[in-house]
Amino acid sequence: MPLSSTVAANAGAPRRVRPLARRLQRGDQIAHLITLIFAATIFIVTALLFYELYTGALLTRQKFGWSFLSGTTWDPVALEFGALPFIYGTLVTSALALIIGVPLGVGAAIFLAELAPLGVSDGLAFIIELLAAVPSVIYGLLAIFTLVPFLRDYVAPLLQSTLGFLPLFQGQSYGVSLLAGGSILAIMVLPFIISISREVLLAVPREQREASLALGATQWETTWNVVVPYAKAGIIGSIFLALARALGETMAVTMVIGNDPRINLSVFAPGYSIAAAIANEFSEATGDMHISALIELGFVLFCITIAVNAVARLLILTTTRKSGAT
Amino acid sequence: MKINVGRVNFYYGKQQALYDVSTRIRQQAVTALIGPSGCGKSTFLRSLNRMNDLIPGARLEGKVELDGEDIYSDEMDVIHLRRRVGMIFQRSNPFPMSVYDNVAYGVRVNKLARKRLEVDEIVEKTLRAAALWEEVKDRLHRSAMSLSGGQQQRLCIARALAVEPEVLLMDEPASALDPISTAKIEELIYNLKQSYTIVVVTHNMQQAARISDETGFFLNGRLVEFNETKRIFTAPAVRETEDYITGRFG
Amino acid sequence: MNSPRTRRRMTNIVMFAITGACTLGAVSVLFFILGYLLWQGGHALNLDFFTKLPAPVGETGGGFANAILGSAKLLVLASLIGIPIGFLGGVYLAEFGGTTPAFVVRYTTDLLNGVPSIVMGIFAYRIVVVTMGHFSTLAGGIALGVMMIPIAVRSTEEFLRAVPNTLREGALALGATKWRAVATVVIPAALPGIITGILLALARVAGETAPLLFTAFGNLFWSPGWNQPTASLPDTIFKYAIAPYEDWHQQAWAAGLVLLTLVLVVNIAARFILRRQRRDLRG
Repeated sequence: MPLSSTVAANAGAPRRVRPLARRLQRGDQIAHLITLIFAATIFIVTALLFYELYTGALLTRQKFGWSFLSGTTWDPVALEFGALPFIYGTLVTSALALIIGVPLGVGAAIFLAELAPLGVSDGLAFIIELLAAVPSVIYGLLAIFTLVPFLRDYVAPLLQSTLGFLPLFQGQSYGVSLLAGGSILAIMVLPFIISISREVLLAVPREQREASLALGATQWETTWNVVVPYAKAGIIGSIFLALARALGETMAVTMVIGNDPRINLSVFAPGYSIAAAIANEFSEATGDMHISALIELGFVLFCITIAVNAVARLLILTTTRKSGAT
Repeated sequence: MKINVGRVNFYYGKQQALYDVSTRIRQQAVTALIGPSGCGKSTFLRSLNRMNDLIPGARLEGKVELDGEDIYSDEMDVIHLRRRVGMIFQRSNPFPMSVYDNVAYGVRVNKLARKRLEVDEIVEKTLRAAALWEEVKDRLHRSAMSLSGGQQQRLCIARALAVEPEVLLMDEPASALDPISTAKIEELIYNLKQSYTIVVVTHNMQQAARISDETGFFLNGRLVEFNETKRIFTAPAVRETEDYITGRFG
Repeated sequence: MNSPRTRRRMTNIVMFAITGACTLGAVSVLFFILGYLLWQGGHALNLDFFTKLPAPVGETGGGFANAILGSAKLLVLASLIGIPIGFLGGVYLAEFGGTTPAFVVRYTTDLLNGVPSIVMGIFAYRIVVVTMGHFSTLAGGIALGVMMIPIAVRSTEEFLRAVPNTLREGALALGATKWRAVATVVIPAALPGIITGILLALARVAGETAPLLFTAFGNLFWSPGWNQPTASLPDTIFKYAIAPYEDWHQQAWAAGLVLLTLVLVVNIAARFILRRQRRDLRG
């Protein structure tokens, strides 16, 4: 064999070096350290972000305390800052987004997971994932020129003539409104609801479906009574993820919500969201107190979205664990 | 004796995988390890070049000596050990690079040769030793992924040979291959034993009988019997071994 | 006897028809957006758009050349921050993870990923704009860079983990040190996936407007260097869309078309590459 000579030559005694020096010399510890430093940067940036938001809002926190959250007047000139109108606008638009988006999204996910052949389902899911990539400002651009007039000219008159007795649907409709903000958000969160719900539905074991079908249930009954309940936590998780998106979404909402810091019961009335207020006022803010108030708004938004995201993750984790899928 | 194993106990966390295993492995011979799956034969194999170190919570008690030197001692250089004790895996695992770069990988990592010509020479020599040269000499710089399964496994053997190991550990090297490729691998193992000490794990008893000089039978983490292959397959000393090789056993 | 069965069958058909309609509605949104932008923006798109500065208010014509260049510069800065931290952070999580620091890093990465983009703007404002005393390309780039980090970390970690362990063991069994195995075998194997993931992250931040409003701020002219306010495509779209001038709207459509085309092309290409990469690594 050609190799035998070199084998003998190399079979000598192993090098003996002190372990620590050797490991350093070989670079493993160094590589570990370098990547750790960069990974630690992520932690430092996040901590710094929290710190900057917290200290940036010091002025208003000292002056208003908790009443910042419950105050209803936002008047930068009189240095009167109450965040409730923005919190209200954010919550109402996000709630509308879920009311419109969840049935559509879950319905589409059911179709894609249960009825469509896998090839078609993958193709359509691909298109829906592309929707998630469309920049928010483009949604806003389209909403200004198509959704807003459509809501004003068709949807509002229709709702007022049928459900007009409800305070929700009363008053003049200008187009730019809480409803417009909620509608564009609904469209924007659809891809998140659909993609994740589809995945958790597809992860439901086939035996579950077969057992139900074997008992004589129709395909819809199987889907609705067996598959959807099995995937429930995951679907709810996707809804929370969508909610977190909707709460923090800025541009599209800013462009159609009307930007009026008052609390109106009617969804046809203009409103204002936390993110929109920051977007519109920050660069023109007058004085430290105004900036501080806007940063505190940001801090409130940060806390809300973090909490909602955490719940979403927990829910998605529990279903994927249960069904053994990743 | 090339390798000397004394009273090895092995644990994955709290779970014990090997109980009091002692044996000696002969130089320039093929030693086969057989036994039902989960019996500890792969764990044993991987403890011979400390591949088990990579598993969190894994722990070994006892002594494994290579040429009389304890490989688990603090002075042992694991990197150097793994160069001396090469390993072939159950599923061929060529790196996603060219055939040439696969073989040259260990040479470069261990700085065995620096000049291009020297590397070329080693690549050719080892591919010949792995009986692969004729099949790949025209496509050395194409991706190793384009080779067939059997060729990939022989490439992995060539890759291991290129760093001039003294021992070759093989973990079911032919279990994912078709019969023709398997025959080629077996022939290769037979030829390689003139220069190397080979330890091969297999669940195929005919294979063990064909290629090995000595055979160890593992059951439930214990080395039940270790003897010349001829003796094991004709006159096993232990009842369990007999049950296993005659197929009376799971 | 027959009627309940018929009703159940009808329910089956009706309910699935409704879900089909939901799907159709969702999918058609993309085609509506694309079609509408092509229709509105197509004829406003000309060479001037790519080469000229915005026309002064009251004059027609002009282009978005400064915004296009501004976006490019912002993305370069974002890459300088997002790629090294994201990539090496991902390597840490995939190859040296399993420890308490790794758990903390993974958790904060998730947290950072959930931070609303407007809040990221406040962060960059506090640490850059306040420190420097004025708006700048630098501030905008840092805001976008921080947004890139969690996306880059995740795709890096995902693709490194998808590399079969047998490759790592193969390299170690040949006497490679761990970092050598990672650098010469694992990372190259995962590289196409990692690069596409980073491209996707870039495409994502390229469309971000909110973090730029009070960091890069916007500019009607060229922005030399990195210390001055700069225009960017998404920011200009926003300002032109809410302005009351008809010809500004036209230009907003054109810019929207350009931005969307860029984002979609990167996304479609990336997803095809990723699909192949996932298959290759599995095979």
